[in-house]
Amino acid sequence: MTYDILITGLIIIAQILAVVVPVLISVAFLVYAERKVLALIQLRRGPNIVGPFGILQSFADALKLITKENIIPSGSNKIVFILAPIITMVLSLAGWAVIPFAPGWVVSDINVGIMYLFAVSSLGVYGIIMAGWASNSQYPFLGALRSAAQMVSYEVSIGFVIITVLLCVGSLNLSKIVLAQQTVWFAIPLLPMFIIFFISALAETNRLPFDLPEDESTLVAGFFTEYSSASFVLFFLGEYASMILMSSMTVILFLGGWLPPFDVYPLNVVPGVIWFTVKVIFILFLFIWVRGTFPRYRYDQLMRLGWKVFLPFSLFWVVATSGFLVYFDMLPN
Amino acid sequence: MVLYSLTFYLFSSVAVLSALMVISAKNPVHSVLFLILSFVNASGLFVLLGAEFLAMILVVVYVGAVAVLFLFVVMMLDINFVKLREGFLQYLPFGALLGIVLVIELGILFLTDRSSNIYNNQTPLQPIVNEVENTKMIGQILYTEYFYLFQICGIILLVAMIGSITLTLRDKGGVKRQNIVSQNTVDASTAIEKKKVKIGEGI
Repeated sequence: MTYDILITGLIIIAQILAVVVPVLISVAFLVYAERKVLALIQLRRGPNIVGPFGILQSFADALKLITKENIIPSGSNKIVFILAPIITMVLSLAGWAVIPFAPGWVVSDINVGIMYLFAVSSLGVYGIIMAGWASNSQYPFLGALRSAAQMVSYEVSIGFVIITVLLCVGSLNLSKIVLAQQTVWFAIPLLPMFIIFFISALAETNRLPFDLPEDESTLVAGFFTEYSSASFVLFFLGEYASMILMSSMTVILFLGGWLPPFDVYPLNVVPGVIWFTVKVIFILFLFIWVRGTFPRYRYDQLMRLGWKVFLPFSLFWVVATSGFLVYFDMLPN
Repeated sequence: MVLYSLTFYLFSSVAVLSALMVISAKNPVHSVLFLILSFVNASGLFVLLGAEFLAMILVVVYVGAVAVLFLFVVMMLDINFVKLREGFLQYLPFGALLGIVLVIELGILFLTDRSSNIYNNQTPLQPIVNEVENTKMIGQILYTEYFYLFQICGIILLVAMIGSITLTLRDKGGVKRQNIVSQNTVDASTAIEKKKVKIGEGI
């Protein structure tokens, strides 16, 4: 009896490690890729010293940051100050539990997978608010307030986009969402929703052009101004891990997850996990491309875009999609 | 089985302890954070009961939205909690009375009503695997049997929302507003005016 529990526990831990370790490694390479792509956009060379083509730069940076002194401001609320980066990091990894990488390659294939992802991504705001408040300093506090309002606003439109996809699928299970796209990826019939989801994902992960919570030109570094060393690394890793998580969510909802573009011979022998990775890398490239291209939004423009453009439009699209499905009797069971 | 019981006791004990901390923490922000912890543990209990949809809704609505705004307000307002605590002894009898009434009611429910469903269908603490997902089951009941009540709930929320907006809306005259369309349609020909400035003269 107790032996069984031990075995179950070990299997669970092994599964968690099998997901978390590749995610953390891909975070390191994403940071490198971002610096390299931005450098190419700006006609620079980017990191090219550590390792061949500078490919080990992120590991060197991480090592440097971790060995530095960890400063906790004396005026801060110490427990919350230390908890904030941990929460950010844990939440950005927790969402991976339900992501299906290939048929059956999922740690926990739950019925409400997409709701779980939505819940985890909506919890991400707590790390930022707690960091801003516990630092007991003006710039982090302003950053935290901005991010609280921003993330709550864009969650609303993300929710409507998810509802639109669910109307076409008829299930909240992520594997079923992918399998429903065997005929056509949802990015094609629901193209406007795909674009809204991508832009909202930028806002939800606090990426440029919506990175107002950290906004270095007005707020020093925003909510993590007071953080140093390992706690800074945790915020950094958390941001990039949640970026990859949002990209996988986009791929699962709109780009057919592990499915090949066409179900024909040379394409369908490639393993699903490779298709999944390729698509995620494509979305991540879009994230970096947007960062290299667009200037930062003004805060009132950001709120206007969320509430006055995306919310009415996605609501309209929910009604239009359900009307279409009911009229042509195409509602899934 | 043991694993389920263990997780049940973990979730429930943390939920109860954090609920205690909500009312005993000195710092109001800590209180809200403990409230959030309590919510999360309650949703964990829902998952153990097999009500995964309710669990996720609890996290999305209460933790993800309501508690964020709550935290926002508590952080922004400079509430003097020492002052609020001054009337503690004055309100103690009334609070104690409410507590005692609640405990008695709970006691009556659990001790006398042995024929109720709670005791007959004592299911083990593990998710009940059904043919139909409970998301679908909730939808089937909510939009058929309880359709009118559900709509009335929506209207009540709408009324509350309009009420709070009218309470806070102050339409002051002379407020300068931005016209986004005119801002976005600005180009070089409308924004820049070329002038020849003669030397020694202004414009």
